[in-house]
Amino acid sequence: MIETAFTPLQSLGGGALIGLGAVLLMATMGRVMGATGILAGIIQPTNLSDWSWRVTVLAGMISGPLVVMLITGELPAVQVPVSTSMLLIGGFIVGIGVTFGAGCTSGHGVCGMARLSPRSIAATITFMITTAITVYVVRHVLGA
Amino acid sequence: MRIIFSYLSGLLFGVGISLSGMANPAKVLNFFDITGIWDPSLAFVMGGALIVTFIGYQIVLKRPAPTLSSSFQVPTRRDLDLPLIGGSAVFGVGWGIAGFCPGGALPALGTGRIEVFTFIIALLAGILAAKVLKAAISKRAQAPV
Repeated sequence: MIETAFTPLQSLGGGALIGLGAVLLMATMGRVMGATGILAGIIQPTNLSDWSWRVTVLAGMISGPLVVMLITGELPAVQVPVSTSMLLIGGFIVGIGVTFGAGCTSGHGVCGMARLSPRSIAATITFMITTAITVYVVRHVLGA
Repeated sequence: MRIIFSYLSGLLFGVGISLSGMANPAKVLNFFDITGIWDPSLAFVMGGALIVTFIGYQIVLKRPAPTLSSSFQVPTRRDLDLPLIGGSAVFGVGWGIAGFCPGGALPALGTGRIEVFTFIIALLAGILAAKVLKAAISKRAQAPV
């Protein structure tokens, strides 16, 4: 476990930028800023124009940390308190879950909740609860 | 124009994820560790993102169409079903184990950290496995008895 500092203002500002990105994508391309949907459309393309906007959004996302480094002088912190096998197992389970659940924190948690979609509200409540239970079990029951 | 604004949208999202701490699994997992080393920051990320998106969508979705595309493509279903709730529950288990979610991990690729690539490769494998599984399920459902 790695302790992290409480950063309310920076997190609020970062959250507002996430929202601005979502609103800009809807205003221009008419699309939901959902990481799951964008990624799924990249690995299973339907046509070139659909594929190209997704890849461009992804390129923008990946540039994010580099722009932060240009401004602040350092890359954003990525502290990984879990093992490689947990990354692999967790990643695989996330992939299964978001495909059946049709969305993740960005698609359901931000874009869908902002539209007051009942499906997204139910999905978000569900995964927040199971994530909290999992973290509790991993850290305080299994002691990993 | 489509390229420029798609890129800018992704960039705003990626900078926001980076600043907010969503790209940092330690911070994400600590948010859920209420009985341990709790870091409530992520509630502020969700709050900031939701307020801006809610207000922005109110304005944008009143317009007849987006500026660079013919129509808004927004999910219209409102019913709750097993794949939605079951899938979301499963997603949470994976998120709690790895500490990355897709929206946090994609921008984190820009840091070049090997752990992010490890997660993304497993994520892609999971997505492909689920697609195969989904296709098999719907084929079985359609098959004549």
